[in-house]
Amino acid sequence: MTKIGLEIHCQLTKLESKLFCSCKADYRSFEPNSNICPVCMGLPGSLPILNKKSVEKAAMLSIALGCKIPPKIGFFRKNYFYPDLPKNFQITQYNAYGPTSIGYDGMIMIEDKEIRIRRIQLEEDPGRLVYSGSSEKTQITLVDYNRAGTPLVEIVTEPDFENPKQVRIFLNILADLVENLGVADPYLEGAFRVDGNISIEKGNRVEIKNVGSFRDIEKALHFEITRQQSLAERGILIPAETRHWDEARKITVSSRSKEEEQDYRYFPEEDIPKIIIEKTLIDNLKKTMPESIMSKKEKYINKYGIPTQVAEVLSSDKFYSDLFEQSHTEKNTKEIANLITTDLKGFADTKEQREQLKLTPKHLCDLADSILSNKITRASGKMALQEILKTGKPLSEVISSLDLGHVDDESSLVKAIDEVFTEEQKAVSEAKQNPDTINYLVGKVMRKTKGKSDPSLTLDIIRKKLDSQ
Amino acid sequence: MTLSISISQYTQKLRDGELSSEEFIAQTLERINNVEKNLHAFISINENAIDQAKQIDKKIKAKEKVGACFGMPISIKDNICTKGMKTTCASKMLEDFVAPYDATVVSKLKSEDAIIIGKANLDEFAMGSTTEYSYFGPSRNPWNTDYVPGGSSGGSGVSVSALECIASLGSDTGGSVRSPASFCSVVGLKPTYGLISRYGLVSFANSIEQIGPLARTVEDVAFILNIIAGRDSHDNTTIENGTPDYTKDLDVGVSGKKIGIISEMVGEGVDKDVQSSTKHAISTFEKLGAQCIPISIDSAEHSVAAYYTLASAEASSNLARFDNLRYGYDFSVEGYEYNSYISKVRSSLGPEVTRRMLLGTFVLSAGYYGKYYQKAQKVRSLIKSQLDESFKKVDLLLAPTMPILPFKIGEKIDDPLKIYLLDINTIIANLSGIPAISVPYSIANGLPIGIQLFANSLQEKQLLQSAHALQKTTNLPGVPI
Ligand SMILES: [Zn+2]
Repeated sequence: MTKIGLEIHCQLTKLESKLFCSCKADYRSFEPNSNICPVCMGLPGSLPILNKKSVEKAAMLSIALGCKIPPKIGFFRKNYFYPDLPKNFQITQYNAYGPTSIGYDGMIMIEDKEIRIRRIQLEEDPGRLVYSGSSEKTQITLVDYNRAGTPLVEIVTEPDFENPKQVRIFLNILADLVENLGVADPYLEGAFRVDGNISIEKGNRVEIKNVGSFRDIEKALHFEITRQQSLAERGILIPAETRHWDEARKITVSSRSKEEEQDYRYFPEEDIPKIIIEKTLIDNLKKTMPESIMSKKEKYINKYGIPTQVAEVLSSDKFYSDLFEQSHTEKNTKEIANLITTDLKGFADTKEQREQLKLTPKHLCDLADSILSNKITRASGKMALQEILKTGKPLSEVISSLDLGHVDDESSLVKAIDEVFTEEQKAVSEAKQNPDTINYLVGKVMRKTKGKSDPSLTLDIIRKKLDSQ
Repeated sequence: MTLSISISQYTQKLRDGELSSEEFIAQTLERINNVEKNLHAFISINENAIDQAKQIDKKIKAKEKVGACFGMPISIKDNICTKGMKTTCASKMLEDFVAPYDATVVSKLKSEDAIIIGKANLDEFAMGSTTEYSYFGPSRNPWNTDYVPGGSSGGSGVSVSALECIASLGSDTGGSVRSPASFCSVVGLKPTYGLISRYGLVSFANSIEQIGPLARTVEDVAFILNIIAGRDSHDNTTIENGTPDYTKDLDVGVSGKKIGIISEMVGEGVDKDVQSSTKHAISTFEKLGAQCIPISIDSAEHSVAAYYTLASAEASSNLARFDNLRYGYDFSVEGYEYNSYISKVRSSLGPEVTRRMLLGTFVLSAGYYGKYYQKAQKVRSLIKSQLDESFKKVDLLLAPTMPILPFKIGEKIDDPLKIYLLDINTIIANLSGIPAISVPYSIANGLPIGIQLFANSLQEKQLLQSAHALQKTTNLPGVPI
């Protein structure tokens, strides 16, 4: 049986500062080596000062993934020499001598499958290596320490996945979850990195590293299964090793490094005293942390009567659900859910689109109310929404400038119907025999009134007129 | 005017306008100039000291607010960072390193208008007990320049003893403040772990070491402690001490105090002169009204082994950052790949540092962690709990600071184990975190002997009071150089 486990490195991008100093956690906009200080550069004499908020964010994530949180957490040093590591050790957490990482023994459900979370640990990101030089001979390695010390959590699962598809579903759920919790933006470059380990029946465990985007992990796993199966079929033993994902060739390559043999000499980081995690902190977080996707979904279905599929789309996307929560009243939930999940489609799909959006919760609320009170039709509503997205003008202004208001004046509606009856005599006589063709006439009237007439009122008047003829 | 002035005399004279900081600094620099070729207490001297003194004198004249130090010269062990001055740790590895910031203790002293007169010599990265392991050459004992001054804060002890400054800051990992205090006949305090910020102290064994003051009197040590103690937002291991005034009530005496004499530290293996000096100190305390009783701390027997295991483990990690890629000494990367460059530049580390890197790497490696590191931690807890028990029975503990008299330079350098055993009486304070102080008590064959007192955590005040009572009974000769 195929067994897959994951290690996900998720930066806590919603924090202001790095894990142990006051440099910015958001290093992406800086010139190389300008978001640094004595602490994150590991200068002689500097000491780490723990960012307390990182503990809260990581605790929140641990709660959301059903983890236990120990009464005391501690940090360890992982010792190895590497140019991106200013101190030549990484401050991380380690559970080999008892659980002291922020979370352990968790579980989440994906569809009907339990995925156990072995542990969640807080740690610092290293710097970044940049290779430059045109040929092999002139190649130089540059180091940018702006990222060094960025807070991240490593989420380690048990090898509970049976196939790459489950991995994809899990990662999508996890990415939505961290975003919904407000601990990270998983779609920022380098913010959500996934390593995998995989073994097939009777085979050794193979680790896959260096998977750039978390979408590629599925491809890498597929490749590995095929590779390992073909070895097994030929009776060749699958060696335990670390393989790197080659993004260009879409294959995994043995990394030949001695990584597996490396001895990290973990031992306690005494510069950071053990942190007591008070029960009151956990209780408080539970009370104040953002509602989970699952609980939102249930609420949307059971309390608001929103159809399951719509509720799923709405709850799993934090942008959508935030918009929904901020705009709806007790009466217009279904209409707003509809507007967000159908009419907004194509206009707020990407991050850039969302940032430029001029839509406010009030807009949505007004729009839904106007539709519900028959002030405008659904079709006009869609047009109004598109105008609002572009201009941000209040709904009332948009309705009058685009002339979307209902033809609620019955006499002008009757006049339009009269005209249609004159123009469509053949259809009128057909409609008398076959009521199904009435809709054709309704459509003609709608076109004449540019979609502003109330469809049910129009239908009523047409019916009466047919009956009277 | 004499350079052997106490801090309270100095500040009084400055206040009264009888003395200027410039005069005192100039005379100090002259003294340094005269004795340094024989002593080598300093790695570098502050070139701007006179200018800084003039600035302070100007403030005094203009009746502006002046810091408590009134421009007095203080030396700083060269493993404590000073902005704009080199911090070498007496190592080739940091030969050219200038920290871009002041250690918390240094900025506290500067804000009280102290003048950092120079950076004091030490064993490379504070690893050693004699100051012979300095890359820049050993310091010499001012009481007899053929002899070691103790260590690793040897330069600090020498500079205070030889009147090259008023006070000094050292660091004490296994006795590194108290050893030179004892060998050079000055007072040296190892405070409670967490009382003084380590921010800016280049880490050797970060869970064990503390910065500590050295001065010629207990009163002066208390004065410096007042300035440098207290919680620091740059050091998560600092603790709240309630900021008492350590100079107040120093004269309360020891009447009614119970002092435990650590049996394991006064018997076998202790030099005869040291033994008799210790006995004398005990009877002095009894005469002053204290009650002295023998106390056994038998776990102390294992303290040296536990200490060298833990300190080396931490050192192997703390010193890993010295790969010469971001700062260090001049050595081109041309012709090397990453690993070969690192091993090449790190081969400049001295023999004692290399020994401890190897030892520390070994005790942390897979399969040995439980056998060595964890076992050493168990010894550490045992020592801690035995000391806790003792302090339920007594107020203070007493032992000679060093088991032997100072010895000749070069005499023991080829026998690291013998040097390690010099720390046998001091290490328990580091492993348990409690404060300890060495007080100069007598001279034998022209060489100083110090008496050590220990108190429970954060009991510095009581410790200083008793040490002061003992020092007041002594009448030691002035330094011969
Ligand atoms: Zn920083």
